[in-house]
This record gives sequence, structure tokens and C-alpha cells, in this order.
Amino acid sequence: MRTVTRIVLLAAALAAAAQAQELTGNAAKGKEWFFNYNCYSCHGFSGQNGPGNRLVPMKMSQAEFMAYVRKPARMPIYSAKVISDQQLADIWAHIRSLPDAPAAADIPLLQDIIKSSK
Amino acid sequence: MAKIKQTSPGKNAVGRRGFLKGAASAAAGTAALAAAPQLVSAQERRGGAQPSAPQPSDATLARDARNVRPGAVTGVTERPNSDYMVDVLKALGFEYVAANPGTSTGGIHESLINYGRNSAPEWLTCLHEESAVAMAHGYAKIENKPMLVVLHGTVGIQHAAMAIYNAYGDRVPLYMLTGNSDAAVPSHAAVDMAAMVRDFLKWDHQPKNLAQFAQSAIRAYHQTILPPMAPVMLVLDSPLQTAPLQQPMAVPKITAPAPPSADLASLREIAKALVNAENPRISAGRSARTSAGITLLVELADLLQPSVNGNGDQTRIAFPNRHPLAGAGAGQPDVILNLEGGGFGGGRAKTYSITSAEFLATKNYNVNGNAPGGDVVIAADAEASLPALIEELRKLITPDRRRAFDERGKKHAEANAQTRAQILETARNGWDASPISLARITAELWPLIKDEDWSFVSPGSFMGDWPNRMWNMSKLHHYIGAQGAGGMGYGAPAAVGAALANRKYGRLTINIQTDGDLNYAPGVLWTAVHHKIPLLTIMHNNRGYQQEVMFMARETTARNRGADNAHIGTTLIEPNIDYATMAKCYGMYGEGPITDPKELAPAFKRAIAMVKKGQPVLLDTVTQVRG
Repeated sequence: MRTVTRIVLLAAALAAAAQAQELTGNAAKGKEWFFNYNCYSCHGFSGQNGPGNRLVPMKMSQAEFMAYVRKPARMPIYSAKVISDQQLADIWAHIRSLPDAPAAADIPLLQDIIKSSK
Repeated sequence: MAKIKQTSPGKNAVGRRGFLKGAASAAAGTAALAAAPQLVSAQERRGGAQPSAPQPSDATLARDARNVRPGAVTGVTERPNSDYMVDVLKALGFEYVAANPGTSTGGIHESLINYGRNSAPEWLTCLHEESAVAMAHGYAKIENKPMLVVLHGTVGIQHAAMAIYNAYGDRVPLYMLTGNSDAAVPSHAAVDMAAMVRDFLKWDHQPKNLAQFAQSAIRAYHQTILPPMAPVMLVLDSPLQTAPLQQPMAVPKITAPAPPSADLASLREIAKALVNAENPRISAGRSARTSAGITLLVELADLLQPSVNGNGDQTRIAFPNRHPLAGAGAGQPDVILNLEGGGFGGGRAKTYSITSAEFLATKNYNVNGNAPGGDVVIAADAEASLPALIEELRKLITPDRRRAFDERGKKHAEANAQTRAQILETARNGWDASPISLARITAELWPLIKDEDWSFVSPGSFMGDWPNRMWNMSKLHHYIGAQGAGGMGYGAPAAVGAALANRKYGRLTINIQTDGDLNYAPGVLWTAVHHKIPLLTIMHNNRGYQQEVMFMARETTARNRGADNAHIGTTLIEPNIDYATMAKCYGMYGEGPITDPKELAPAFKRAIAMVKKGQPVLLDTVTQVRG
């Protein structure tokens, strides 16, 4: 019982630490950085139009997002020298504020085109 | 030979009334200038000190002030050599001549508009030589024949150079005349005029006399229309144009040469490989020179049931994009047939290539489709070779193979349909976003054009290839491909040239125009208005050279510095360019900027109604970067 309690307390402490480490992002500033640091040039102003991956809805946590941008698999590397953690937190907040598109099934015009292409 | 007749101004003549419109305000301006204080010379400002350098001559001053004047007429030449040149050019069947005027081509210019009555070919006033050549490029991709282009010596050719290179890369026919004269400006003459663009010409010649001109004019025509089609140039010394015609001369007989077909032994080898293959693939490339090329490829595909890579965004349509076999299909190919640069194999597949590009392989530049490739390469024209290949295939296909082919075709069709639907579903991305997505623009246009005889005349790659994905493309004029050599400045003039070719067929021509491209030489908007060329231009206005933004972002981050500086030199903001006003200043109807996707459909309907009445229209839409 004491061991279980310790594990629960430890997990809670880690979660709290993670919460404490998450920076508070400013979406308005993030919009500015999204443009100034050229995120839009691959991902579109919408975060979902362009040759880069679809960012909306943002599925990464802030920590995952930062880790990826610092060491990406398929995009330019943005180091801490060129963009700060706070700026990345702002960008992450901005992306999270971008609206998702309606489902294809809910767009009659698109459905007509899909049907006629078969 | 046609006789000269005094003619009244035709339908294409500029009306004096129109020319003088606004003269009152111009006169007022002149009066204002006359009343204005005299400008103070630099010498007076310096306190009247005398210059140490020698005074320039009157002739130098006149030239520096651009007061170049025609020389005095010492005698009238009622029948110049250039009249005979026009006889030959008319016999070659040119409909139009695109040109920016220059003194070195004054002789042929005058003969075309007076002796030739400015008809077949009709003179198209172009505001830049690059526009003239790119217009001819777009025209050729609709008409499958060259437009005549007249270029001023040295300077005109250099202005045109980029567009000539694009035409070379795209393997289109392009027929150019240029002048050679030092009468007005010495720097407009050259010992070897065509040298500056010879690396991307298929053939050029400077005839010494009229008999040579006739031969060379016909040889040039043969060279430009024979696969691989490519630009040709004739250099006309100014005195050869203007000298009196000594005697009547007949136009030599003109016959069209047949394109080279692959040899029968090679075709039999290919047919055997294709019939025995388990999963063949055809890459169509630039194989369809004419509509017959599409028909032949469909026949081949229906016979063999392969996967067919039909429509790259760089090339004109060669295979209907909604054909069940259009696409990568199912599984990996074991045999690939590349037609006119369609691709260079994949994995362990044995690759056969039929391409006329081999005939251009000695040139200096490695452009689309000119790179060598394949396990077996046959230097021939693909379209001309397909009938014999199909015949050989028919001989080899047994009922067993037929059944296997049919099964294969079903798998390809299923895989292609699935891929197509998945891609189309991604069109929802940013559907309601502002700036507007290219997929939304393309989707909104489709119901408005699908029942028209439409023609999409701009490169698809800058807009995520959405028209090629969404629209049902089955005819040669449905998509005319891209620049050829990737040179910007092609889009707007090529669209105007293609629209001109489409005009007589009553087609609705659509140009989704990138902003960076238009700004190279926007004067072509005026040419479209002046010559009443119906064309719907929708601006893909993403306010920058967005591909370069991406590349510069990569450069900065790769060097770990200044990632927020990548916009410098790559974006077109501060101020934003107002394209509707730009169109209006050239006399074109312009509307926008449109930033709300809900406004697209009503604007498109208005614009299409105007275009169908015969006028060019520009809508400025502010867009996402690509997709």
C-alpha cells in the first residue's frame, strides 16, 4: 500500500512538474512568429494548406511540438539560437487556435466532385 | 504573288478617333509644361563653371536623348524584297505574328501590315519580347503549329531569351525572325545574330539572298514542327528586307515532313516485353503531340490494361485523367514504357524508352525530357510509333493473356479510384480559410465550367495541382502543361497566346495566374485587351515567391541564423500589389482583392459571363501558398 501511494505521489509530482514547465503561449504573438519564421510557407496561413504536413488540429503536446521543431524528421531545424522556447510556445498556441476544416462529407460541392470522379 | 492594293483601314486598324481620345487633356498638359519654370541645368547650379570634357556632338546628344530618327528617304521602293518574304510566310500558314517593334525589322514589319494587309498573319502588339515568345508558346500548345515571332536584333533577342529557353525545354514549335541593322543604333547589329540563343535553338540561318530566304524559311518550318519540336530563328539583314525586288519570284512548294517512327524490329521487341510482363506501366510524358496521340494511348491502355502515368503537372495532357487506368495503379511495375520523357524507370523494372528528345541531346542544357534514360532507348517520335506498336501487340495477345490483362486492369482501376478519392478528400483543408485555398478556388470553378468547352492554360504545380486532380481532363486543350524550363514570366503571356488560339473555337480559357509570374511583364494584359482576347484570369495572389520563401527558410536554418529574415527578397508585401487596379490601368475589367471564399462563386459567375462575351477579365484572389 505504501508503495502504491508513493507511485501515485510520484506521478502527481511529475505531472505537476510538467505542468509547471509548460510555457504560457500567446496565440496573437504566435501568429506573428508563424509568419515571420516562415512556418506558413510550407504549412499555409491556415496551418493546413501547403506542401508541409497538416498542423490542424494540433495533435502534439507543447513539449512534443518543441522537441520536434528542435529535431525534426522532415523540415528545417529551428534551433534555440534562431527561435526561443517562448516563441515556439506562442506558435503552438496559435496553431491550436486555428479552426479545423469541415469534414469532406459535409461539403456538398466537394462530394459532387468526388462522386463524378469515380 | 499577291498584288498590292490600296486598302482602307481594316477591322484591326487603330481608329484615329480612339487614338486622339484624351488629346484635350494632353494638350492641357503641354500648356502646363510650357508655362512651367525652366529647369536649371547642372552647370548653372555649379555656378557656371565650364566642363573640362569635350562637348558631345549633335548626333551623340540626339542619340543619348533617344532622338533617333529615320534616315531621309532618297527614293521610293514600291516593291521591296520583304513583300516576297511575306508571300512565303503566308504560304507557311501563319495566323499571327507576335512582336515588339524594332528598327532592324522595319522592312518586314511594313510588308506584313501593308502588303500582307495585316491578315494571316495578323500583327499582335506585344509590350515585351519575352511576352511575344511566350504568347507564341501558349498558342502552339493549343494549335500544334507555330506562331510567327518578330524580334529586334540583339536587344529584342536578349529580352526574348528566357522565353525561347522555355519553349526549347517544352519542345514546342516556335518560329522567329530577327533583323540585323546598325542603321539606327550600332549595338543592335551583330556578326552572328543568333549566337546569343543558339544553345537553345534547333536551327538558325541568315540567308544572303531571297532564294536562300525561301529555302531557309521552309527548312525552318520543317525543323520547328518535326519532333522534337523546338525553336528556330531566321536572321534577316535589314538591306535584304528593304532592297527592291528585282523580279517576280514564286514561292517554293511546301510539304509537311512526316515525323520519325520507331523501326519495326524495336517495336516488336517492346510489344513482346509488354505482353509478357506481369505488371507493365506506361509513362505518357509528352507523347501526345495531337489529339490523335491521346486516342492512341487510350487504345494501347485498353488493350494492355497497364497502369498509366498520364499527366504530370509539367506536361500537356496525354491521357484522360479519369480513365480507370490513370495513376500508379496496384503493385510495382516489372516493365516500363516511357514515351517522350515520361520517366526513367523504377526499381528493377526493365525500361523501354521511345523519345525524340534524343535528337536534342547534344545541346548544352539538360531540360525536361532531354536526359537519357532506359534500358532500351529508341530515338523516334512516340505518337508516330504507337500505331505500329498497337498492331504488333494485337498480334501477340492470346486469350489467356487477355484474361490476365483484364484482371490486372480491375486491380489498377480499384487502386486508382481509391487514391483519387483520398486525394480529393484533402481538398477540405482550409476550406473556409482566408487567404483562400487553391482547392476551394478550383472546386468553386468546376460546376461553372464543366459544361463548357473549357481550356486550363496555366501550370498546375504552383496551385497544388488541384485542377489536374479535380477537373475531368480528357482533351489536349484541357491542360497545356508548364513552362518547359521552369522560367517565370511564362504564365501570363502563354495564357494570352493560348486564349487567342482558343478564341476561334469559342472555348472558355482559364488562367490561374501566380502573382510573381505576372509581374515580370504585366503589359501582356494590355495586349489581351487590345486584341480582344477572351480570357478569365484568376490571381493566385499569395504575395510572394513562396517557393523561394521555403528554400530561404531552409538556408537560414541550415546555417542556424536569421530565420526571421527569409522574407527579405522573397515576398511581395509592403505594399500589397493591387491587381484589380493593375488590370484596370491596362483597360481590362478587374475585381478584387477577394479574401472571403464565399465571394468566389458570385465573382466567378460575373467574370465568366463577361469572358463569354469576348473580353479578358482579371479577378484578384488572395490565396494560401499552394494547396
